[in-house]
Amino acid sequence: MALQSLDIAKRSATTTEPPQARKTLEVAKLIDVSKCIGCKACQVACMQWNDLRDEVGTCGGTYDNPTDMTDQSWTVMRYAEVESEEKGLEWLIRKDGCMHCEDPGCLKACPAPGAIIKYANGIVDFHQENCIGCGYCVTGCPFNVPRISKKDSKAYKCTLCSDRVAVGLEPACVKVCPTGSISFGSKEDMKELAEERVTELKERGFKNAGLYDPAGVGGTHVMYVLNHADKPSLYSGLPDDPTIAPTVSLWKGFAKPLAMAGIAAAALGGLFHYVMKGPNEVSKEVEAEVEKELEAEK
Amino acid sequence: MIRDPSDLQRYNASERANHWVVGICFILLALSGLALFHPALFPLTGLFGGGVWTRILHPFVGVVMMLFFVLMFFRFKHLNQMGDTDWEWVKRAKEMVDGDDHNMPEMGKYNGGQKLLFWFLGLAMLVLFVSGIIIWRAYFSHYFPIGVIRLGAVLHAAFAAVMIIAIIVHVYAAIWVRGTIRAMLYGTVTRAWAKQHHRAWYRQVTGK
Repeated sequence: MALQSLDIAKRSATTTEPPQARKTLEVAKLIDVSKCIGCKACQVACMQWNDLRDEVGTCGGTYDNPTDMTDQSWTVMRYAEVESEEKGLEWLIRKDGCMHCEDPGCLKACPAPGAIIKYANGIVDFHQENCIGCGYCVTGCPFNVPRISKKDSKAYKCTLCSDRVAVGLEPACVKVCPTGSISFGSKEDMKELAEERVTELKERGFKNAGLYDPAGVGGTHVMYVLNHADKPSLYSGLPDDPTIAPTVSLWKGFAKPLAMAGIAAAALGGLFHYVMKGPNEVSKEVEAEVEKELEAEK
Repeated sequence: MIRDPSDLQRYNASERANHWVVGICFILLALSGLALFHPALFPLTGLFGGGVWTRILHPFVGVVMMLFFVLMFFRFKHLNQMGDTDWEWVKRAKEMVDGDDHNMPEMGKYNGGQKLLFWFLGLAMLVLFVSGIIIWRAYFSHYFPIGVIRLGAVLHAAFAAVMIIAIIVHVYAAIWVRGTIRAMLYGTVTRAWAKQHHRAWYRQVTGK
């Protein structure tokens, strides 16, 4: 690969090892929801950089617009009104999009070689030219992120601006965020930054503040600072403990070698049975009996 | 087209055509399904015009197979009811596989093994059809919750794998028992074949 920033760590539907000689820095985007004002500049920047134009939708009675991610909207702001005795009414705003899992469920489920790539820097990217449109990535994703285009049946999602990151720029959403809610850098630095912010939030009375970097998917390369890290689901259904579903792990794990071995055993079993036991011919006795019966008939 | 006037008709033309439509669909489905199941077999998508075409075609072929399978199922259902002698046959099947069929009980048109395969295929086709609809992303997946789609994907793969194994056994049995394949090609079997392998059916159709 020409650019070290695009070294591949994992490739969909590929059973052999990726190149590993070079070590590259793992990156991460940190979204501090406590600093987010819900202005949607990130949504606009994402559309602009990626040349996406979603249809003008309808108002669903909330600020959520568009109301869900689509093949044209790779990130959307989700607004949750949450009431608690302790804090009263809180407006919890979360920028939703691909989490760039260390162990991506989409990549595990994908049957098309090279349609989903995880770069050595941690970014998970869809390569639409290899996508066959089966939607297995949707089935595999623990965060309900990939969207299949109705026009071309290809899967789309946030690329973490892999094209920008490859040449040393930060993602478009990070660039425009007016409150500094979104940061980008090495995963290690982002964790440190998060820790400082969590300490601050705790001092300000958010005793459950914390970093969302779920271990169930091996950690993510998009992380959140949450003021209620004990209940991620408050933030418009962010999964509390996301993992690749056991059904997906079975389907894409153990089932594959087991089924192949079973099919091979059946085919080889047949061949060797024929070779060792011989064919099941009609016996001479029965043939003679039938001859006699026919003679008698005449 | 009877080769020998004394040969026995086992399948009529319509039954044979029905079986071959199902058989061809099965081969296309197994090849395209395996291509999307295991990365090592992805090159099989080349047989169907590439990965995208494989994804598009597979479910439509599945629907055609289901239609013709249902037709065949109801055609042969009454001949595949398991009886005591069928279970006795199943118990002794190992002796026959080892090459000694002297102690096998007399069988009608189908033996216990064929009947069990018939019912297994009925179940497998039902599961594959329902789970196939659920994971058919282009038209149906959005009607189902994600947990159901995931379960559908596992069941579809599991039943397909077992069904492929079952069909390998089915085809091998037809090759192993000499004089069988012609029944599905031009419909007849020799009297000796019938008397050896399906004696009760032989008596029934010849009156001997």
